Amino acid sequence: MLNKIYDWVDERLDITPLWRDIADHEVPEHVNPAHHFSAFVYCFGGLTFFVTVIQILSGMFLTMYYVPDIKNAWESIYYLQNEVAFGQIVRGMHHWGASLVIVMMFLHTLRVFFQGAYKKPRELNWIVGVLIFFVMLALGLTGYLLPWDMKALFATKVTITIIESVPFIGEYLKILLAGHSDIVGAQTITRFFAIHVFFLPAALFALMAAHFMMIRKQGISGPL
Amino acid sequence: MSKQRVTRRQFLNYTLTGVGGFMAAGMLMPMVRFAVDPVLQHNAAGDFVVTDKKISDLTNEPVRVDFTFDQKDAWYTSEVTNTAWVYKDENGEVIALSPICKHLGCTVDWNKDKANPEHFYCPCHGGLYTKDGTNVPGTPPAAPLDVYPYKEVDGYLALGKAEPRKEA
Repeated sequence: MLNKIYDWVDERLDITPLWRDIADHEVPEHVNPAHHFSAFVYCFGGLTFFVTVIQILSGMFLTMYYVPDIKNAWESIYYLQNEVAFGQIVRGMHHWGASLVIVMMFLHTLRVFFQGAYKKPRELNWIVGVLIFFVMLALGLTGYLLPWDMKALFATKVTITIIESVPFIGEYLKILLAGHSDIVGAQTITRFFAIHVFFLPAALFALMAAHFMMIRKQGISGPL
Repeated sequence: MSKQRVTRRQFLNYTLTGVGGFMAAGMLMPMVRFAVDPVLQHNAAGDFVVTDKKISDLTNEPVRVDFTFDQKDAWYTSEVTNTAWVYKDENGEVIALSPICKHLGCTVDWNKDKANPEHFYCPCHGGLYTKDGTNVPGTPPAAPLDVYPYKEVDGYLALGKAEPRKEA
């Protein structure tokens, strides 16, 4: 049945080359842990992507209950975690996954660094990777405020003080981020929510697309 | 034909780029202005809040003065309590210091650290300030504590919005 549907679509739109181009390629022997177990270090990039997918999915579902509002943010999280079936699991995935992304990304970076895989012709991909790293840190930072508990509030106050210390434009950056010149409050949480849920993921998708297209174009770096 | 300085292709390129740019700007300008609105809003500072501390009761020893006021945060109005460390200096002048550490914004306390008596001490990273709020060199803070402007209202202390000082 499924085959027939596929054939019907493929006959009209010729979709086979599309997915072949994405999925159908050989994994070189030196990156295959089945051949050399030490090749597991090549998995960290893929694991980073895997955890990122979990983050995106669990985050999408969390917004079904979460409210970015100083009166209700904490209450809504308390509710989804304690009253909603599997709430603890879904929020747990997002909470722990956030740390795991950083760990996996760090290990991936170490592998690329110590194997010298960033060298010509892959310098651009290293740069894009570093940008992804910054976007991930920013995602962690903006997400940290959203539960609106004491830890979130004071961590954000510290962050905003750090941003304020930027020469010349610090004051403007601070207000742009906090939404108010001296209150971390209603406008801060809505801004952080918008940045966390729309702006940064958009940047992340664009950067990841570039990252992956460059890998496919250049191939994985050769064995040491 | 040879006198033609702009080709048809160039003309179309310029006009289409211009029109496209105009349309993009028309979409983006409202959104950008929307996003930066808080930066451009002027803050009506300068409202003094009367505390329950009589100026005549102040001594040379810094005391903690809490004062409460209605704070307007966009669509929320809430009661906020701020703190000042207040004392009179040798000339009888009132000094009201903000307790917010200039390092990373923790709250400093007077005379709390036994190793450093007669200092404002920040428990987070060990920041120290002398009695007049000057940061002690070699500790994390890079600036002296902010100072509240003050007024006297019927004998009571009224405080404004804390302002940063120049480096001492």
